[in-house]
Amino acid sequence: MGIEQKLGNMGVVTTTLEKAINWSRTRAMWPLLSGLACCAIEMMAAQAADYDMSRFGMELMRASPRQADLLIVAGRVTRKMAPVLRRLYDQMAEPKWVIAMGDCCSCGGVFNNYAIVPGVDEVMPVDVYVAGCPPRPEGLIHGILTLHERIMADKPTRAAA
Amino acid sequence: MSHVDTAVASLKSALGPGLSSVEAFRGQTTAVLEASSILPACRTLRDQLEFDLLAALTAVDYWPQEPRFGVVYQLYSLAHRQLLGLKVLLEGQQAELPSITAVYPNANWHEREVFDMFGVKFTGHPDLRRILMPFEWEGHPLRKDYPLGYEEVQFSFNFDEIERRKKYAKE
Repeated sequence: MGIEQKLGNMGVVTTTLEKAINWSRTRAMWPLLSGLACCAIEMMAAQAADYDMSRFGMELMRASPRQADLLIVAGRVTRKMAPVLRRLYDQMAEPKWVIAMGDCCSCGGVFNNYAIVPGVDEVMPVDVYVAGCPPRPEGLIHGILTLHERIMADKPTRAAA
Repeated sequence: MSHVDTAVASLKSALGPGLSSVEAFRGQTTAVLEASSILPACRTLRDQLEFDLLAALTAVDYWPQEPRFGVVYQLYSLAHRQLLGLKVLLEGQQAELPSITAVYPNANWHEREVFDMFGVKFTGHPDLRRILMPFEWEGHPLRKDYPLGYEEVQFSFNFDEIERRKKYAKE
């Protein structure tokens, strides 16, 4: 065992840099305080008391995109709102992730008309899609945990391929 | 005689041929007007007959029948608690009528919505531009000849070919 056994008694832990970066990114990921439609109600429910998201590090939602890491697109994206959402996404600082919550922003949902953009992935790249209309708060939390697993498997110190 | 009937009678005497017909159905009265007489009619109704609230302003597309558009106004009298409907029928090629924003200021956004969705122009409107669709959108979505869906539905049999053409955002 060696050095870890000896240092452990002194309160020192060794790990790789990648694991440390990934761990800290997942454990304090602040979502942007923005929701569009009905899925936003379920997002609020997931943040509130019974299905608390703060136990996963999302203690609060930041209203300013400059201070947020995660954009949960909750609800249907209309054609008029799409550039506004893109601007919010552009204003977020790296590293940033996007969760498409619900059916309407994953694929257009029940809508196929002039007003709704069929899937927010036509506007911005999405990391995790959560299905449901609306997804239950447990479903959204499962999506967030899937995102956490993806980030833990990430290689942030390798140069981008 | 209810207040609506008094109002219709005064409109008949004030407008003459400007009032085409009156329809009454199950307690709801609608007066069909000519396009040029909508503004004096609204002025009379608001000032003398106490119809002080424009409750609704919308349009109907009767395509392929002519006249194509029917612009519907619903005026409500708060003092008498009665609703009167007005209707203006317009041809498809000449879908223009005077704006009543000077009489009822809340008609501003309603007329913008009718212009956006049907293409009916309101002359004299202070700011006639699209309100629901993006500003540079072409076409008027609620017309009957506007296409209904938007994109082809992706089933298993056509999954790959739609996947190739679907425009995903790269970054």
